[in-house]
Amino acid sequence: MQLWTVIWMNLRSLPGRLAATSVAVIGIGGVVMVLVATLAMSQGFKAALNVAGASDIAVIVRGGSSGELASNLSDAEAKVIEDAPGIARDAHGPLVSPEVYVLVDLPMIGSGTAANVPFRGVGPHATALRSHFKLVAGRLFAPGLDEVIVGRGAASQFRGIRLGQPVRFGTKQWTVVGIFEDQGSVTESEVWTDVHVLQSSYRRGSGIQSVRAQLLAPEATERLSSALKADPRINVAVATEKAFYSEQSRALVTLVTTLGSAISLVMGIGAVFGAINTMYAAVAARTREIATLRAIGFSGGAVLASVLVEALLIGVAGGVLGGLLAYVGFDGYRASTLNFQTFSQLTFAFSITPAVLTTGILYSVVLGLLGGLWPGYRAAHMSVTAGLRSL
Amino acid sequence: MSEPLVQVRGVRKEYRRGTEVVPVLDGLDLDIQAGDYLALMGPSGSGKSTLLNLLGGLDQPTSGTIRVGGTSIEGLSSNELASWRASHVGFIFQMYNLLPVLTARQNVELPLLLTPQSKAERTHRADAALALVGLSDRANHKPAELSGGQEQRVGIARAIVTDPELLLCDEPTGDLDRKSGDQILDLFDALNREAGKTIVMVTHDPRAAARARRILYLDKGVLVREEA
Repeated sequence: MQLWTVIWMNLRSLPGRLAATSVAVIGIGGVVMVLVATLAMSQGFKAALNVAGASDIAVIVRGGSSGELASNLSDAEAKVIEDAPGIARDAHGPLVSPEVYVLVDLPMIGSGTAANVPFRGVGPHATALRSHFKLVAGRLFAPGLDEVIVGRGAASQFRGIRLGQPVRFGTKQWTVVGIFEDQGSVTESEVWTDVHVLQSSYRRGSGIQSVRAQLLAPEATERLSSALKADPRINVAVATEKAFYSEQSRALVTLVTTLGSAISLVMGIGAVFGAINTMYAAVAARTREIATLRAIGFSGGAVLASVLVEALLIGVAGGVLGGLLAYVGFDGYRASTLNFQTFSQLTFAFSITPAVLTTGILYSVVLGLLGGLWPGYRAAHMSVTAGLRSL
Repeated sequence: MSEPLVQVRGVRKEYRRGTEVVPVLDGLDLDIQAGDYLALMGPSGSGKSTLLNLLGGLDQPTSGTIRVGGTSIEGLSSNELASWRASHVGFIFQMYNLLPVLTARQNVELPLLLTPQSKAERTHRADAALALVGLSDRANHKPAELSGGQEQRVGIARAIVTDPELLLCDEPTGDLDRKSGDQILDLFDALNREAGKTIVMVTHDPRAAARARRILYLDKGVLVREEA
């Protein structure tokens, strides 16, 4: 009972201290905004790479190559892969897509600086192997023609790839005939054409870089992998698409998460000092009131709790403010960055999930409580006799 | 004769100012009988407020013992003292020390929040205490809407609402005009004579002190004189 009274009384006097209080709220809010935005960014990466990553699709590249770019497989090797066990088939043969992967230069829309955009030649099963694939404008490229379709992410980030417009890649002029989406996945950062057209345009002969294959079941990966490993004719690495993409982005996700957390931590320390300052001022303004309550018989614990509750509310208010700012400012915002593992530009959308917001608000609560702890302790242990005389 | 309500034996109180030790009370002995009305007088720095704070358990003596109502309070922890104060002592301050965000009734009710009483009981007792000091019609006013004399009467109602044996008053009329001060002193008279409250009052004002049954003069931390 005495606890609630002291807390309630403290909050009643809050309006008189609004200016100092809002400084602390804004301080914590800024920190939370940065934290939430960074988490939303790495969440966006993960989403882009996770959606693309199915666990019943295998990606097969040359053994020892770190990704598609460094891989190469001959026509004969591709045939061996297509005939391996564990791969699904229909009436016309195995459900696989031999793919060629090159990088092309395109200026970014914002800065105009050149970025590496993945240009992928795909087989006829390619769209079926990406379960979220959907054309949103135009049509699919016609096999054998110099036509491309571009991902929604690429279309929004790079200049010069507009529907119906010609674009120059390598030695050729291409026409953009369609725009596709893939639930925001990494695939949306790419430009696609017919694999055979790309092979001849870039003088690849019949060589490819990777094979995507529909597995009979996720468990078939093992079978496929051991069968191909045992085959002396080829040397390949098999991974599910999910594992493949998460490996491709691990360094980037780690970097962003680590950097973001470090920045939030340093900013958080600053915000705690701001909160401490505010709570000291709050306690100082109430010195006589607190001393009077203590003289009447209220416990030091109740006083400490009242300061902590105020600090907690400041923290939560800051957390909500920061989360809201981040949400309004960043949620769904599309950006792109270089994935230095694949040397290609990865487009992604900032994704502020409930988990990200919860983390931000929890952090703000911790910041607020840390700010209130020492001033609250001091208030609970101050000299009652001196406090009674203060004005 | 029964044990006095307040028994002070050999109480010393020193303050540290840097490395210097400043004695404020120097081996003080004092008995206060239940129902007594005592005025403490003396120049600034004589130790009278310090003595009052020690009697009320707001401060601890450097050495010596203080018994109030049979309890030795010099050994209690700060939280034990707080709950002891809640039920045994009523404080009345020079600057009233009302909480500005609360109404008169809520201010008076405050000490009752430390008791297990229900909301209805608390309101009833707070209203009774306000009636006793003649402020029933001001129960819903905030301190800022009251005159100094009225504020001090709310302060008195707050001090007596838990029915403590001992009322400790630190310059209760020091900030009031003469008429309001007299009203306060009349109230103390009534509380002492009719309700049997034991009152200890620190004052600079000889007119206020003259209303008490005993006047004690302190100087440099020792009792120098007593008038009845």
